[in-house]
Amino acid sequence: MDDRALARTLARMATEIIERAHGTDGLVLVGIQRRGVELAARIRALIAQSETVQVPWGKLDITLYRDDLQTVGPRPVVGETSLPDLDGRTVAIVDDVLYTGRTVRAALDECSDFGRPRRILLCVLIDRGGRELPIQADIVGHKVTAGPGDRVDVLVSELDGRDAVELVRP
Amino acid sequence: MSAPALGKDLTGLETLSREQIQLILDTAEPFKEVSERAIKKVPALRGKTIVNLFFEASTRTRISFEFAEKRLSADTVNVASTGSSVSKGETLVDTARNLEAMRIDMVVIRHGASGAAQFLGQRIRSNVINAGDGKHEHPTQGLLDMLTLRDRFKRLEGLKVAICGDILHSRVARSNIWGLTKLGAEVGVCGPATLLPRNVHELGVTILPRIEDAIQWADALNVLRLQLERMQAGFLPSLREYNRVFGVTTERLSKAPKDLLILHPGPMNRGVEIDSDVADGPHSVILPQVTNGVAVRMAVLYLLAGGSPDWAHPGGGGGE
Repeated sequence: MDDRALARTLARMATEIIERAHGTDGLVLVGIQRRGVELAARIRALIAQSETVQVPWGKLDITLYRDDLQTVGPRPVVGETSLPDLDGRTVAIVDDVLYTGRTVRAALDECSDFGRPRRILLCVLIDRGGRELPIQADIVGHKVTAGPGDRVDVLVSELDGRDAVELVRP
Repeated sequence: MSAPALGKDLTGLETLSREQIQLILDTAEPFKEVSERAIKKVPALRGKTIVNLFFEASTRTRISFEFAEKRLSADTVNVASTGSSVSKGETLVDTARNLEAMRIDMVVIRHGASGAAQFLGQRIRSNVINAGDGKHEHPTQGLLDMLTLRDRFKRLEGLKVAICGDILHSRVARSNIWGLTKLGAEVGVCGPATLLPRNVHELGVTILPRIEDAIQWADALNVLRLQLERMQAGFLPSLREYNRVFGVTTERLSKAPKDLLILHPGPMNRGVEIDSDVADGPHSVILPQVTNGVAVRMAVLYLLAGGSPDWAHPGGGGGE
């Protein structure tokens, strides 16, 4: 997927989020560190263009909620978490790739420590299958079938110099 | 993404590399925010058991460690030397081995003997964190001082920090000197000649004989507590004399070429090493130090609990 395909997909996801949330009232976007944060910022900018509303948004780092912290060896770097008020809101969690579902499980746990959203939507750019938990996305940019050894790399220009999605088969 | 490991124990800053110190300070940043949440708790150390083994009196450090542990969801037990079998003559190693037989994961130890933390770390499998050992080191205090300095100055490289008071007996001074010099800061020491270690210049520090020299030279003063028991030992003539010659006062600070940041590890002797209006003044970061203390200790606990390849082999201590 190249930069133009990525832009079209994000525009469609932005529209779907507003539809599923019945407008922008009470809508909060939450990006999961790190690439989910960049994608959430882009979706927010797209909503600002089409709806002329700046929806509140935040960043979520799920490292401290991971279920494999006891086994990962050297500790992963912890990123910034900063969230607006989530109580009674419709929270759209944005991430780049949905795979096992464990990151989303951690994000749901962390969100509920910050407040009680009225509803949580899960929006992912790529659903690659391979779930290990009963979790599914509400809004999906693209579905791909990737095997356990494959890698799905989402590149964003803010961090990687260009926009692209690449399926890497070693 | 994973970071370089810290080793099994944290016994001091002398044995850490510049990168390891940097890693702890950087990891402390996101932990500051955890303490600002409505629910001040993350599950990172859920199921870990930590013993706080304090052979010396401590309020701030023990409570700070306990908050850090609880905010990471660890289970904690406090053991003080009074009222435990230590007062019945049990040795340090026997106490620790007994605790380990109850399957604990980490020990935070404060002890009057220099080297106690390293000694323990080499003999038990649990991670050991030094919360102050004799006159040796108090690494988490050094780290929180560095974090507070970095918050205010946005850098440590080239910063001039004067440590004032009883350098000879101070583990806080030693951890500050090791940590700050490794990160490129310049360290000065200021105090009565009787309270400076004999070969202190070998640590790469500038000797500032008078408090006025320190105030002229430094960007920040780290004012150490004058331990009142030093008086009986004949290091000082009197407290009033000490305050007159070495006390950090508003009047002295008014002659500084710039506003100096004021740090103090606590507990303060107001009117001895520091005057109240300085301690409570606009340039004092004494309370932010306490806040940062919890974040730094959370970072150390989090990083050590991650384990490293030599975790299973006791004797690998010292954070190498």
